Amino acid sequence: MNHKDMIIGSRVNGGTAAQFETGDWRSLTPIVDRETCIDCMTCWMYCPDDCIIFENNKMVGFKLTHCKGCGICAKMCPKDAITMSEE
Amino acid sequence: MGDLAINGDSAVALAWKQIDPDVCAAYPITPQTIIVEKFSDYVADGDVGTEFVCVESEHSALTVCTGSCSAGARTFTATSSQGLAYMWEMLPITSAMRVPLVMAVANRAISGPININNDHGDVMSARDCGWIQIFAENVQEAYDNAIIAPRIAEHPDVQLPIMTNLDGFILTHAIERMTPLDDAVVKKFVGEFKPFKPLLDYKNPVSHGLMDGPDFYYEHKYQMVQAMEKSFAVIEQVFADFKKISGREYHIVEQYRCDDAEYVAVVLGSSYGTMKAAVDELREKKGLKVGVCMPRIFRPWPAEQLAKILDGKKAVIVMDKHLSVGAYGPMYPEVAAALIKCKKVPAAYNYIYGLGGKDTKVSGFEGVFEDVIAGKAKTVNYLGVDE
Repeated sequence: MNHKDMIIGSRVNGGTAAQFETGDWRSLTPIVDRETCIDCMTCWMYCPDDCIIFENNKMVGFKLTHCKGCGICAKMCPKDAITMSEE
Repeated sequence: MGDLAINGDSAVALAWKQIDPDVCAAYPITPQTIIVEKFSDYVADGDVGTEFVCVESEHSALTVCTGSCSAGARTFTATSSQGLAYMWEMLPITSAMRVPLVMAVANRAISGPININNDHGDVMSARDCGWIQIFAENVQEAYDNAIIAPRIAEHPDVQLPIMTNLDGFILTHAIERMTPLDDAVVKKFVGEFKPFKPLLDYKNPVSHGLMDGPDFYYEHKYQMVQAMEKSFAVIEQVFADFKKISGREYHIVEQYRCDDAEYVAVVLGSSYGTMKAAVDELREKKGLKVGVCMPRIFRPWPAEQLAKILDGKKAVIVMDKHLSVGAYGPMYPEVAAALIKCKKVPAAYNYIYGLGGKDTKVSGFEGVFEDVIAGKAKTVNYLGVDE
């Protein structure tokens, strides 16, 4: 990037977090047990990085490109359907 | 509107009322309190449409103000001394985020020893924070600066926050005669706030104040340097526009009887008036060729303008109402650096005075010139201290 194009005040157009793949930081990976999961979306609400994937009202997995492995989803799951495992 | 008998704080509050900013968040501290007290009356009475945010500290006040101005609201606040010190963490953030908010600073000594009286300890300690700093000699100028300030800060070439300084008690509480402008004239002069990439423009989403690694930090600081340099032309233009509506003429460096002077003092704020009286006395009673100038703006530092005025003088006397303990007053090295640009470099002396509200009279300022002329002055001198 040419510094002359830099916007003053570190102001940048929104949505740049998508380009920053924080999944690199992860040391623990969430794994969902579909037998136990009731698709209540509690994990979806709590995930700070918008990494819970829902398709047709079903929880189908995690967006590992951005999941930092914080474990909040596992902690908040009312059915203990998510476990954190070492990669 | 006819002339008013009014103190400096109330005059600033009146200017704010006429401007009608979108947001004000502030915390009371003597000698600034009257500004926010009066202004909150205007809010309560419905004279302005301002959202007044009561906060629990100055730390929160500047945080709220930086946020609201980033969101796109014209935002004003005021503080003094320890309050400004408590804002310190946010001062460089506000400027680096290029938030053009306006803050009145009622200049007061920094504790300790604890003291509520006037000197420039607060504003000088904030000089490196990237804010534009403008000073007033009297209540009229405190009022005028409050109206001029948003035009400078919000200009697309500038986009930096601004501190409008007025000496605590000497200006904040003393009642002077002042000529206000009509509401409509002020409104038209200040105009509408056109924020740059505001947060609340939801059709064009932006993030503000992101983390800069080594690749960008220095460059963003450099952009602030460029904005400060460009602000000189903006300030001159705003002063010229202000003259058209008020008849009052301001300059980046004010000067009084400097043309034929051999000895020139450099002062800031209300002491400019005291020093003008001393200059008149010395010229009329003793025939001494003396003069005085005041940098109306301290940031950006008007080195070129000062060098032009001071070139070829026998001596320059820098009056500092603050002290960097173990060195000089803060303005002395800056004037000395400016003097290097002179073809014929004058001698330069530093006088510290008025700390913690120590009374400084016209006779005291006369003595400063007389000591320098008699060769009795040291490099740094402590006027009025009881050793």
